[in-house]
Amino acid sequence: MSTNEATRDLRITDSTLRDGSHAMRHQFTEEQVRGVVHALDAAGVEVIEVAHGDGLGGSSFNYGFSKVDEIQLIRAAVDEATAAKIAVLLLPGVGTVENLKAAHEAGASVARIATHCTEADVSIQHFGAARDLGMETVGFLMLSHRIGPEALAKQARIMVDAGAQCVYVVDSAGALVLAEAQARVQALVLEIGTQAQVGFHGHQNLSLGIANSVLAFQGGARQIDGALCALGAGAGNSPTEILAATFERLGISTGVDVQGAMAAAEDVVKPFIPRLPWMDRSSIVQGYAGVYSSFLLHAERASERYGVPAHAILERVGEAGYVGGQEDMIIDIALQLSQERELAAEGAR
Amino acid sequence: MTKATAAIVGPGNIGTDLLAKLQRSEHVEVRYMVGVDPTSDGLERARKRGVEASAGGVDWLLAQDDLPDIVFEATSAKAHQANAPRYAEAGIQAVDLTPAAVGPLVCPPVNLKEHLTASNLNMITCGGQATIPIVSAVSRVVPVPYAEIVASIASRSAGPGTRANIDEFTETTARAIERVGGARRGKAVIILNPVEPPMIMRDTVFCAIPADADRACITESIEKMVTDVARYVPGYTLRAEPQYDDPRDIWAGQARVAVFLEVRGNGDYLPPWAGNLDIMTAAAARVGELLAVAKKTAVEA
Repeated sequence: MSTNEATRDLRITDSTLRDGSHAMRHQFTEEQVRGVVHALDAAGVEVIEVAHGDGLGGSSFNYGFSKVDEIQLIRAAVDEATAAKIAVLLLPGVGTVENLKAAHEAGASVARIATHCTEADVSIQHFGAARDLGMETVGFLMLSHRIGPEALAKQARIMVDAGAQCVYVVDSAGALVLAEAQARVQALVLEIGTQAQVGFHGHQNLSLGIANSVLAFQGGARQIDGALCALGAGAGNSPTEILAATFERLGISTGVDVQGAMAAAEDVVKPFIPRLPWMDRSSIVQGYAGVYSSFLLHAERASERYGVPAHAILERVGEAGYVGGQEDMIIDIALQLSQERELAAEGAR
Repeated sequence: MTKATAAIVGPGNIGTDLLAKLQRSEHVEVRYMVGVDPTSDGLERARKRGVEASAGGVDWLLAQDDLPDIVFEATSAKAHQANAPRYAEAGIQAVDLTPAAVGPLVCPPVNLKEHLTASNLNMITCGGQATIPIVSAVSRVVPVPYAEIVASIASRSAGPGTRANIDEFTETTARAIERVGGARRGKAVIILNPVEPPMIMRDTVFCAIPADADRACITESIEKMVTDVARYVPGYTLRAEPQYDDPRDIWAGQARVAVFLEVRGNGDYLPPWAGNLDIMTAAAARVGELLAVAKKTAVEA
């Protein structure tokens, strides 16, 4: 146990190099990964997540191909870190146990297994495999706003019974508003608190990432996710540097050096990102309508290609209730919208 | 006209839906429905449909004087691995709807002709049955270095077997995209969606194609294949024309075709949104029919 671990009140996991992969269109280079890991490690961040945005094995036509193979990036991160553990994300149905083994072999030591919030039982085989590999395990219940606190807690129970040592309330759409986030964390603490920790992963689509994270901590969460410069899907994640600063002001110890985190964001990440995550119309719609944040850039691309507004695509995605992984449906909806527009134009003639 | 005789082993949802389909067949007569649980609703349903049903398992089936020509296995991979050698020994051709993959992977409009005399035929996966015809439709026109499929199914249609081993789905489907679909490399993704009312099965197929590929020719081949599959799965439709994207550096200079499919089930026993289950039973019934026709032709010759 590091001194950090003994004295801090909560653990921050930085996801710049995983959730941020969406915002980077999966084009991270090894040099960027090394730079970010070096800075985060120096700032005392204990866990750094590195993978394709859609998790191990996510490099594809549907989600976007990685510029550099994620296993190579994981290996570089492990090489660069002195104290931090390197985590990976795996979405069953996208990645497999084979991918997890390869990541473990490259030195990753924390396995974060993500399912849609109602489908926890598809992760059982992966938690089993992660524990067999001796990895620390974290469960990720995505789009947690879609079901109520008690139902979510039952899903967390499935993950803990399968071997999860922590389960996150994951606000993938940035749709949870304050008490909604806290109530879910509290329900999970009640259900699994004696056996496992509870975490919170926020997005900024409604600008509530930090506020929700504070309420999550007060509700009993002991692991919180962030990303430098908010680099992540949609309007981005809770910025790691602001999490560090805010918790310090509240007298809650994270073990992260605020100056170090701010420097990492300002000097290392900001210079290489193509555009700062921002709450524009499309990403606000995602928070407002409860749409998976990583759909944003896919909707923008489909918008360009088919000449229909991205926010209109995302609204339709919200109505259809699509879940993480169904990026292909964005093209389908753009095609439908473009056909509807043509029909309307013909009708007007 | 004499029909080939058949048994269905596994009286669950899949077995019951398969029975409904085969009872319409001109070439196959289902004689037996076999389970292991005497209280099974499925056995009772089969009896009501006039089929002899027993909870005596494969032991009972193989003890019958009149053995079937074909057995459809709708149990589990583990059960089929145990049963397969016994069917083979008894000279019964097996159509395997489980992920056991004892025999060759078969997709009716693509490669069944090569395996009509195999003692055991495997039906791959639901996502495989839905998408491999399209991969094959592209790869018969141009080389396909890489094909990727995304199958979205209603959460309620994913049974405990699929949930306990979802990797088996992605790995088996990916392998079949290569071996049966003809892509050099395959990848498969499956997504479970819990939305209510349940979503109808959707499948997307992406194929990397050469920059100078004849797109009209590929589209024609895809449309012809959709017609072929729709012969046994009437609700198998294209949501839109195949979509072509120009070559990109990140795609190793390849262009891309994307095909968007909807698979609406026939609603025989399973609900229409469970197109993933329907395409398995429909494809298995199709295999049964073509095996029966082949047997008859062999006898007549």
